[in-house]
Amino acid sequence: MSAIATTPTFDLPGVDGRNHSLEAYADAPVLVLVQSCNHCPYVLAWEGRINDFQREYRDRGVRIVAISSNDAEAYPADSFEAMVEHARGAGYEFDYLYDESQDVARALGAERTPEAFVYDADRRLVYHGAVDDSREEEGVSAHYLRDAIEAALAGEAPPVADTPPVGCTVKWRS
Amino acid sequence: MRVEFLFWAGCPSHPEARELLDDVLAARELDVEVEMREIFTREEAVELSFPGSPTIRVDGRDVDPEGAALPPALTCRVYRLPDGRPSPVPSRQQLEEALLS
Repeated sequence: MSAIATTPTFDLPGVDGRNHSLEAYADAPVLVLVQSCNHCPYVLAWEGRINDFQREYRDRGVRIVAISSNDAEAYPADSFEAMVEHARGAGYEFDYLYDESQDVARALGAERTPEAFVYDADRRLVYHGAVDDSREEEGVSAHYLRDAIEAALAGEAPPVADTPPVGCTVKWRS
Repeated sequence: MRVEFLFWAGCPSHPEARELLDDVLAARELDVEVEMREIFTREEAVELSFPGSPTIRVDGRDVDPEGAALPPALTCRVYRLPDGRPSPVPSRQQLEEALLS
């Protein structure tokens, strides 16, 4: 697994106008971090499914947190203001945070958007990679993220622990 | 007919788009050599008015004129399928309309 094995610490502004730290999610039995952004067509294709997961698993305490680290100067569509608008328009049920310094993306070892990192109750990384195996929802046959969440909730290892994320590159500052 | 296929390797969508383009060309029995051009720098993107990857032009016209108006960028391009869903590749319909118009 290429990603680091434990959750990076963070304290980032969210589109809800509040700051969110890693400690704020301490009660969640499973924490899912998703490297994301606004402008990427792969994010747009998968964000509805990610939103469905948050809706479906909220009652079981699972928290999904999307983080955008893209260079908003070079990609204005990924500015914090645009994030607020995008989250509102898409009806995000999960927190959406802005990693302007890109420190969290670097700490995660993130490369793509979307790219999922699933942590168990002890905040050990149990899954890293793609949400599932098809951009088109009707073509999905392997439910990587769902399987990882279910396994982590059961205290077990997921059937697949690492897949290559498919999506746009993280837009690093030059 | 001149068909240009501009792409940036940082976006993974170009092989799928090229495959779709080849499929449409074959289905319509259009014997056209597709001109491939890789974009490496932001300067090239600006010079070629490249709004994202992939960008496909038929006789100089973008297969998605609306998206062609976006600012030049080294990024994945967002297309809209006929049902409104976003996609990193153009729809078959867009390609057919551009190639047959």
